[in-house]
Amino acid sequence: MVYVKRIVLDVLKPHQPNTLEFSQSIAGVGVDYRVYLIVLEVDENTETVQIEITANTIDFAAVQVVIKDLGGSLHSIDEVEVCNEAEIQHEVEAD
Amino acid sequence: MFLLRRIKFLLDITHNRDIMRRYVVVNGFDGALTMLGLIIGFIVSEADDLSVILSVCLGAAIALGMSGLSSAYISESAERKHALDKLEQAMISDLKESAHGDASRWVPLLTALVNGLSPLLISLLILSPIALSVAGVSLPFTPLSPLYSAIIIALLLIFLLGVFLGSIAQVSWLRSGLQTLFVAIVTVLLIYLIAGS
Repeated sequence: MVYVKRIVLDVLKPHQPNTLEFSQSIAGVGVDYRVYLIVLEVDENTETVQIEITANTIDFAAVQVVIKDLGGSLHSIDEVEVCNEAEIQHEVEAD
Repeated sequence: MFLLRRIKFLLDITHNRDIMRRYVVVNGFDGALTMLGLIIGFIVSEADDLSVILSVCLGAAIALGMSGLSSAYISESAERKHALDKLEQAMISDLKESAHGDASRWVPLLTALVNGLSPLLISLLILSPIALSVAGVSLPFTPLSPLYSAIIIALLLIFLLGVFLGSIAQVSWLRSGLQTLFVAIVTVLLIYLIAGS
Protein backbone atom coordinates (compact mmCIF):
# COMPACT_ATOMS: atom_id res chain seq x y z
CA MET A 1 0.00 0.00 0.00
CA VAL A 2 1.39 3.41 -1.01
CA TYR A 3 1.05 6.13 1.60
CA VAL A 4 1.68 9.88 1.26
CA LYS A 5 4.01 10.81 4.12
CA ARG A 6 4.93 14.40 3.32
CA ILE A 7 3.73 17.10 0.95
CA VAL A 8 4.82 20.68 0.37
CA LEU A 9 2.10 22.91 -1.07
CA ASP A 10 2.14 26.39 -2.52
CA VAL A 11 -1.11 28.10 -1.49
CA LEU A 12 -2.61 31.56 -2.04
CA LYS A 13 -4.83 32.54 0.89
CA PRO A 14 -6.74 35.59 2.14
CA HIS A 15 -5.30 37.33 5.25
CA GLN A 16 -8.19 35.88 7.26
CA PRO A 17 -8.16 33.28 8.73
CA ASN A 18 -4.59 34.02 9.81
CA THR A 19 -1.70 31.61 9.33
CA LEU A 20 -2.09 30.13 12.82
CA GLU A 21 -5.81 29.32 12.33
CA PHE A 22 -5.06 28.11 8.80
CA SER A 23 -2.36 25.71 10.02
CA GLN A 24 -4.49 24.51 12.94
CA SER A 25 -7.41 23.72 10.63
CA ILE A 26 -5.16 21.69 8.31
CA ALA A 27 -3.59 19.88 11.28
CA GLY A 28 -7.13 19.10 12.43
CA VAL A 29 -7.59 16.75 9.45
CA GLY A 30 -5.82 13.90 11.27
CA VAL A 31 -4.47 13.12 14.72
CA ASP A 32 -0.81 12.79 13.71
CA TYR A 33 -0.73 15.69 11.23
CA ARG A 34 2.19 18.07 11.58
CA VAL A 35 2.00 21.36 9.69
CA TYR A 36 4.85 23.74 8.99
CA LEU A 37 3.80 26.99 7.30
CA ILE A 38 6.01 29.71 5.86
CA VAL A 39 4.66 33.03 4.54
CA LEU A 40 6.43 33.69 1.24
CA GLU A 41 4.72 36.86 0.08
CA VAL A 42 2.17 39.32 1.46
CA ASP A 43 -0.10 41.44 -0.77
CA GLU A 44 -2.91 43.89 0.05
CA ASN A 45 -5.61 41.21 0.38
CA THR A 46 -3.77 37.91 0.06
CA GLU A 47 -0.64 36.07 1.07
CA THR A 48 1.29 33.25 -0.57
CA VAL A 49 2.26 30.52 1.86
CA GLN A 50 4.25 27.31 1.66
CA ILE A 51 2.69 24.54 3.71
CA GLU A 52 4.58 21.40 4.63
CA ILE A 53 2.39 18.60 5.95
CA THR A 54 3.74 15.39 7.45
CA ALA A 55 1.72 12.45 8.75
CA ASN A 56 1.66 8.67 8.63
CA THR A 57 -1.00 8.81 5.94
CA ILE A 58 -1.95 12.16 4.43
CA ASP A 59 -5.52 12.35 3.17
CA PHE A 60 -4.81 14.82 0.38
CA ALA A 61 -8.47 15.19 -0.64
CA ALA A 62 -9.40 16.16 2.94
CA VAL A 63 -6.53 18.67 3.05
CA GLN A 64 -7.77 20.21 -0.21
CA VAL A 65 -11.31 20.50 1.22
CA VAL A 66 -9.99 22.35 4.29
CA ILE A 67 -7.86 24.71 2.19
CA LYS A 68 -10.85 25.47 -0.05
CA ASP A 69 -13.17 26.00 2.94
CA LEU A 70 -10.73 28.52 4.40
CA GLY A 71 -10.75 30.43 1.12
CA GLY A 72 -7.30 29.24 0.00
CA SER A 73 -6.33 28.33 -3.51
CA LEU A 74 -3.86 25.50 -4.10
CA HIS A 75 -1.34 26.67 -6.71
CA SER A 76 1.06 23.76 -6.83
CA ILE A 77 2.34 20.66 -5.10
CA ASP A 78 6.04 21.43 -4.77
CA GLU A 79 7.33 18.34 -2.96
CA VAL A 80 5.94 14.88 -2.26
CA GLU A 81 7.21 12.00 -0.19
CA VAL A 82 5.36 8.72 -0.56
CA CYS A 83 6.12 5.31 0.85
CA ASN A 84 5.06 1.76 0.08
CA GLU A 85 4.58 0.34 3.56
CA ALA A 86 4.07 -3.22 2.32
CA GLU A 87 7.42 -3.15 0.50
CA ILE A 88 9.20 -1.84 3.58
CA GLN A 89 7.65 -4.58 5.66
CA HIS A 90 8.69 -7.12 3.02
CA GLU A 91 12.30 -5.84 2.96
CA VAL A 92 12.51 -5.98 6.74
CA GLU A 93 11.29 -9.54 6.70
CA ALA A 94 13.81 -10.49 3.96
CA ASP A 95 16.71 -9.06 6.03
CA MET B 1 -21.07 23.23 19.82
CA PHE B 2 -19.89 22.97 16.21
CA LEU B 3 -22.42 25.64 15.22
CA LEU B 4 -21.18 28.05 17.91
CA ARG B 5 -17.55 27.42 16.89
CA ARG B 6 -18.45 28.06 13.25
CA ILE B 7 -20.30 31.29 14.13
CA LYS B 8 -17.31 32.49 16.18
CA PHE B 9 -14.97 31.61 13.28
CA LEU B 10 -17.14 33.46 10.72
CA LEU B 11 -17.30 36.54 12.97
CA ASP B 12 -13.51 36.40 13.43
CA ILE B 13 -12.65 36.24 9.73
CA THR B 14 -14.98 39.15 8.95
CA HIS B 15 -13.93 41.18 12.03
CA ASN B 16 -17.64 41.61 12.76
CA ARG B 17 -17.55 41.09 16.51
CA ASP B 18 -16.68 44.75 17.15
CA ILE B 19 -19.47 45.88 14.84
CA MET B 20 -22.01 43.67 16.62
CA ARG B 21 -20.89 44.93 20.03
CA ARG B 22 -21.31 48.49 18.78
CA TYR B 23 -24.79 47.67 17.49
CA VAL B 24 -25.80 46.20 20.87
CA VAL B 25 -24.87 49.43 22.64
CA VAL B 26 -26.05 51.94 20.01
CA ASN B 27 -29.42 50.32 19.37
CA GLY B 28 -29.91 49.30 22.99
CA PHE B 29 -29.37 52.95 23.91
CA ASP B 30 -31.89 53.93 21.21
CA GLY B 31 -34.45 51.52 22.64
CA ALA B 32 -33.93 52.63 26.24
CA LEU B 33 -34.05 56.37 25.44
CA THR B 34 -37.13 55.96 23.23
CA MET B 35 -39.01 54.09 25.97
CA LEU B 36 -37.86 56.64 28.55
CA GLY B 37 -39.03 59.48 26.31
CA LEU B 38 -42.42 57.87 25.68
CA ILE B 39 -43.03 57.18 29.37
CA ILE B 40 -42.00 60.69 30.39
CA GLY B 41 -44.28 62.02 27.65
CA PHE B 42 -47.20 60.01 29.08
CA ILE B 43 -46.45 61.28 32.61
CA VAL B 44 -46.25 64.89 31.36
CA SER B 45 -49.55 64.52 29.49
CA GLU B 46 -51.09 62.91 32.61
CA ALA B 47 -52.21 59.81 30.73
CA ASP B 48 -53.46 57.19 33.15
CA ASP B 49 -54.66 54.28 31.01
CA LEU B 50 -51.78 51.79 31.42
CA SER B 51 -53.03 49.45 28.69
CA VAL B 52 -52.92 52.29 26.14
CA ILE B 53 -49.45 53.31 27.37
CA LEU B 54 -48.29 49.68 27.08
CA SER B 55 -49.69 49.31 23.55
CA VAL B 56 -48.05 52.52 22.36
CA CYS B 57 -44.69 51.60 23.93
CA LEU B 58 -44.88 48.02 22.60
CA GLY B 59 -45.63 49.38 19.14
CA ALA B 60 -42.58 51.63 19.31
CA ALA B 61 -40.42 48.74 20.66
CA ILE B 62 -41.48 46.40 17.84
CA ALA B 63 -40.90 49.15 15.27
CA LEU B 64 -37.41 49.78 16.71
CA GLY B 65 -36.68 46.05 16.55
CA MET B 66 -37.86 45.75 12.95
CA SER B 67 -36.00 48.89 11.97
CA GLY B 68 -32.78 47.55 13.52
CA LEU B 69 -33.27 44.14 11.92
CA SER B 70 -33.96 45.35 8.40
CA SER B 71 -31.51 48.26 8.27
CA ALA B 72 -28.62 46.15 9.58
CA TYR B 73 -29.44 43.26 7.23
CA ILE B 74 -29.56 45.48 4.15
CA SER B 75 -26.40 47.43 4.99
CA GLU B 76 -24.38 44.42 6.23
CA SER B 77 -25.39 42.31 3.19
CA ALA B 78 -24.12 45.04 0.89
CA GLU B 79 -20.89 45.40 2.91
CA ARG B 80 -20.24 41.62 3.01
CA LYS B 81 -20.96 41.23 -0.71
CA HIS B 82 -18.56 44.07 -1.50
CA ALA B 83 -15.87 42.51 0.73
CA LEU B 84 -16.38 39.06 -0.88
CA ASP B 85 -16.23 40.48 -4.42
CA LYS B 86 -13.00 42.31 -3.56
CA LEU B 87 -11.49 39.17 -2.07
CA GLU B 88 -12.57 37.04 -5.05
CA GLN B 89 -10.88 39.50 -7.39
CA ALA B 90 -7.67 39.34 -5.35
CA MET B 91 -7.78 35.53 -5.13
CA ILE B 92 -8.91 35.17 -8.78
CA SER B 93 -11.27 32.39 -7.65
CA ASP B 94 -14.86 31.77 -6.60
CA LEU B 95 -15.10 31.86 -2.80
CA LYS B 96 -18.87 31.27 -2.50
CA GLU B 97 -18.33 27.71 -1.22
CA SER B 98 -15.69 28.79 1.29
CA ALA B 99 -15.99 30.15 4.84
CA HIS B 100 -15.86 33.64 3.32
CA GLY B 101 -18.93 32.78 1.21
CA ASP B 102 -20.70 31.42 4.32
CA ALA B 103 -19.77 34.60 6.18
CA SER B 104 -21.25 36.80 3.46
CA ARG B 105 -24.55 34.88 3.82
CA TRP B 106 -24.76 34.38 7.61
CA VAL B 107 -22.94 37.33 9.20
CA PRO B 108 -25.48 39.92 7.91
CA LEU B 109 -28.28 37.79 9.36
CA LEU B 110 -26.56 37.46 12.76
CA THR B 111 -25.72 41.16 12.83
CA ALA B 112 -29.33 42.02 11.94
CA LEU B 113 -30.62 39.79 14.74
CA VAL B 114 -28.34 41.47 17.28
CA ASN B 115 -29.25 44.92 15.96
CA GLY B 116 -32.97 44.17 16.08
CA LEU B 117 -33.13 42.23 19.33
CA SER B 118 -31.01 44.68 21.33
CA PRO B 119 -33.56 47.57 21.38
CA LEU B 120 -36.51 45.17 21.51
CA LEU B 121 -35.29 43.24 24.57
CA ILE B 122 -34.18 46.40 26.39
CA SER B 123 -37.58 47.99 25.68
CA LEU B 124 -39.41 44.88 26.91
CA LEU B 125 -37.39 44.95 30.14
CA ILE B 126 -38.29 48.60 30.67
CA LEU B 127 -41.95 47.91 29.94
CA SER B 128 -42.13 44.87 32.25
CA PRO B 129 -43.55 46.77 35.33
CA ILE B 130 -46.29 48.29 33.13
CA ALA B 131 -47.05 44.91 31.48
CA LEU B 132 -47.22 43.19 34.91
CA SER B 133 -49.51 45.89 36.23
CA VAL B 134 -51.81 45.61 33.19
CA ALA B 135 -51.84 41.81 33.68
CA GLY B 136 -52.95 42.38 37.27
CA VAL B 137 -49.74 41.20 38.92
CA SER B 138 -48.97 43.32 41.96
CA LEU B 139 -45.32 44.00 42.72
CA PRO B 140 -44.85 44.17 46.50
CA PHE B 141 -41.23 45.30 46.18
CA THR B 142 -42.05 48.41 44.16
CA PRO B 143 -43.90 51.07 46.10
CA LEU B 144 -43.75 53.34 43.03
CA SER B 145 -46.31 53.38 40.23
CA PRO B 146 -45.51 51.14 37.22
CA LEU B 147 -44.53 54.17 35.12
CA TYR B 148 -41.95 55.35 37.66
CA SER B 149 -40.69 51.77 38.08
CA ALA B 150 -40.21 51.63 34.28
CA ILE B 151 -38.27 54.91 34.40
CA ILE B 152 -35.96 53.52 37.10
CA ILE B 153 -35.35 50.36 35.05
CA ALA B 154 -34.64 52.50 31.94
CA LEU B 155 -32.13 54.67 33.85
CA LEU B 156 -30.51 51.57 35.33
CA LEU B 157 -30.17 49.91 31.89
CA ILE B 158 -28.76 53.12 30.38
CA PHE B 159 -26.23 53.26 33.24
CA LEU B 160 -25.33 49.57 32.63
CA LEU B 161 -24.83 50.23 28.89
CA GLY B 162 -22.37 52.94 29.91
CA VAL B 163 -20.63 50.53 32.28
CA PHE B 164 -20.38 48.03 29.38
CA LEU B 165 -18.85 50.72 27.15
CA GLY B 166 -16.41 51.60 29.93
CA SER B 167 -15.30 47.99 30.22
CA ILE B 168 -14.70 47.83 26.44
CA ALA B 169 -12.72 51.07 26.41
CA GLN B 170 -10.97 50.03 29.64
CA VAL B 171 -11.78 53.33 31.32
CA SER B 172 -13.54 53.97 34.64
CA TRP B 173 -16.86 52.06 34.55
CA LEU B 174 -18.41 54.54 36.97
CA ARG B 175 -17.49 57.56 34.87
CA SER B 176 -18.70 55.88 31.68
CA GLY B 177 -21.97 54.80 33.34
CA LEU B 178 -22.55 58.30 34.73
CA GLN B 179 -21.89 59.80 31.27
CA THR B 180 -24.69 57.76 29.66
CA LEU B 181 -26.92 58.42 32.67
CA PHE B 182 -26.27 62.16 32.22
CA VAL B 183 -27.50 61.92 28.61
CA ALA B 184 -30.68 60.19 29.81
CA ILE B 185 -31.31 62.83 32.50
CA VAL B 186 -30.77 65.65 29.97
CA THR B 187 -33.31 63.88 27.71
CA VAL B 188 -35.83 63.70 30.55
CA LEU B 189 -35.31 67.40 31.36
CA LEU B 190 -35.72 68.39 27.69
CA ILE B 191 -38.98 66.46 27.47
CA TYR B 192 -40.26 68.11 30.65
CA LEU B 193 -39.20 71.53 29.37
CA ILE B 194 -40.61 71.17 25.86
CA ALA B 195 -43.59 68.84 26.27
CA GLY B 196 -44.44 69.97 29.80
CA SER B 197 -44.84 73.60 28.78
